[in-house]
Amino acid sequence: MLKEIASLGQYLGQTARLMVGVPNYGTYVAHQRREHPDQPVMSYEAFFRERQEARYGGKGRVGRCC
Amino acid sequence: MDILTKNPLARTASWALIALGGSGALATIALHRGETVNALWVVVAALAVYLIAYRFYSQFIAKHVLSLDAKRATPAMRHNDGLDYVPTNKFVLFGHHFAAIAGAGPLVGPVLAAQMGYLPGMLWILAGVVFAGAVQDFIVLFISTRRDGRSLGDLIKSELGPIPGVIALFGTFMIMVIILAVLALIVVKALADSPWGTFTVAATIPLALFMGVYTRYIRPGRIGEVSVIGVVFLILSIVMGGQVAQSAEWAPLFTFDGKQLTWMLIGYGFIASVLPVWLLLAPRDYLSTFLKIGAIVALAIGIVLVAPDLKMPSTTRFIDGSGPVWAGGLFPFLFITIACGAVSGFHALISSGTTPKLIENESHARFIGYGAMLMESFVAIMALVAASIIEPGVYFAMNSPLAVLGPTAESAAQVISQWGFVVTPDMLLRTAKDVGEHTIIARAGGAPTLAVGMAQIFSPMLGGKAMMGFWYHFAILFEALFILTAVDAGTRAGRFMLQDLLGTFVPALKRTDSWISNGLATGLCVAAWGYFLYQGVVDPLGGINTLWPLFGISNQMLASVALILGTVVLFKMKRERFAWVTLLPTAWLLACTMTAGWQKVFHENPKIGFLAHAHKYQAALDKGELLAPAKALGQMQRIVFNDYLDAGLCVFFMFVVLSVLVFGIRACLVARRSHKPTVQEAGGPLLTA
Repeated sequence: MLKEIASLGQYLGQTARLMVGVPNYGTYVAHQRREHPDQPVMSYEAFFRERQEARYGGKGRVGRCC
Repeated sequence: MDILTKNPLARTASWALIALGGSGALATIALHRGETVNALWVVVAALAVYLIAYRFYSQFIAKHVLSLDAKRATPAMRHNDGLDYVPTNKFVLFGHHFAAIAGAGPLVGPVLAAQMGYLPGMLWILAGVVFAGAVQDFIVLFISTRRDGRSLGDLIKSELGPIPGVIALFGTFMIMVIILAVLALIVVKALADSPWGTFTVAATIPLALFMGVYTRYIRPGRIGEVSVIGVVFLILSIVMGGQVAQSAEWAPLFTFDGKQLTWMLIGYGFIASVLPVWLLLAPRDYLSTFLKIGAIVALAIGIVLVAPDLKMPSTTRFIDGSGPVWAGGLFPFLFITIACGAVSGFHALISSGTTPKLIENESHARFIGYGAMLMESFVAIMALVAASIIEPGVYFAMNSPLAVLGPTAESAAQVISQWGFVVTPDMLLRTAKDVGEHTIIARAGGAPTLAVGMAQIFSPMLGGKAMMGFWYHFAILFEALFILTAVDAGTRAGRFMLQDLLGTFVPALKRTDSWISNGLATGLCVAAWGYFLYQGVVDPLGGINTLWPLFGISNQMLASVALILGTVVLFKMKRERFAWVTLLPTAWLLACTMTAGWQKVFHENPKIGFLAHAHKYQAALDKGELLAPAKALGQMQRIVFNDYLDAGLCVFFMFVVLSVLVFGIRACLVARRSHKPTVQEAGGPLLTA
């Protein structure tokens, strides 16, 4: 039961972060280690900045509705 | 639950129960003539419709029309980079998608539509979402997912041809301009002569700057932490705003009229959209997103707990088209007044944006595309409820233009009483006093009406009457906050679009690293929406009258474009026997937008037709007379010019949709002649092993 509540909380946190354009950092790190072990892994801070720039930096993308 | 899913008899029985409950609720609403109906019946009817539509219609589309393939590789799997393309849990992505599609639209349209009573709006929201809105979102998401998550403009280009692609791009830019103008107008209408509201909204700017610095340098990337701090300060600023409004010293410093606020917003829009994103835009986006979700959840809980009665009649006399809030008959104008919540073309941009790049399995497109739109539709239903629990007299006082109501509570009450709604000047003054404002008269635009409704729902739960002012300004703040975020982000997006479009003629303008070209494009973009905003603010009929139909027409037009795209793809897949799924809503939207567009341009009533309005002012001008609100001949000329401009814009929107239609029909005919599917999709079956 406690485990379920904890994982529910995790999902809620993930959802909230993705709502503002930040995907799961852990998933990114795991992906990078698995697929590109030769390339450096961004720190959370660098990852956060990269995502912020990608969401709001423009390129004509429309992020939300009216 | 297990019994329900495994036992076919129990399953059938439970669906029969839902159907019975829904039709019972609808019957209750329909048969209660002349008595008040509880809002819960509306909620129950809506939920039953959503459940049945999701279970049966969306499954039919998923299984037979689109044949979703759970074994097919999605863009997130093929291009997985942990950043833009990430296979994401179905429920997490649902939340992301819902937060992206739900904005001010579903909250404002239904409030304006309530002038015809709650029933027409409610029926359109329910029918529209099931057969048009959710279908559009679902199909565009599906199409984009099968094409590497490409954008709507790109998809039109590749499926219909380059010319309709460019036409659609121009159309989208003009829609952006109109949306930004109308959203900014809502803020102006809500904050004019309201020191409490203005102070609270102004306070969010330094707060967001602080949050920006916090997430950048003090505790980088701690979104949750900084959002909690932000919300605490927001609540403090609402409380402080109440003090400011009562202080003889401070209140005048935050009291502005519409024109002053317009200039401030234009200046703000320009500065905010050239600042670095982490400083102002991103932190305010955190606040507005979380506040939006929180307020929607609270509203749902509030309606269920308080179970208010609907005071608005199910239909009012204004279904004949003589309504004060917006002019024009039920057909076609109801169907463009409520866009978001029933069907919104803007969602096609979202469904072909980030969501298809994050989808983990193609089979999730049904839950995310169709499901999230049903949820947005429910937000629209709640907004309709919030507007309908207010005394109708107060509703009309808030939403009719000043030119109709006259300057005082007495004159307003008299006019509204003549329409057959009971209201006294005292009621209007008391409502204003309850929510901490000087006046609530002629505050069209949806936000203040919704705020009064929300205050009436929240205050019985928390704080009672003393908290009415707090809840009213909380609701105003929450709408203003995400509208300002949209203005800022929209100006940025518009700037890039413009640089792209102009760059084809003057290559130097494409350089996004040049201060001059950035400044120029931003200036042009702000000037474009600023012009329409200013025009709306000085409009004698309140601006919403002019701008909201333009917004509705353009938004529904984009929806028809998206549905035409869907039809073309169905033809190319050789599934034309199911093409009625998209053709039906396309035909309906075309009928609505073309009729509405035609009437807005050519209708002989100057309240509806732009040209008739222009002729009326031109005739007076020729005789050297002045018509209110113009106080000089120059203003008369400007009104005439604006009428022609609005008419031109309407014609442009009609041209866009018609040309896409022609190219769409051509593409369908070509696909029909071929004996095998001509569709080109990315990502064949991958999970075969």
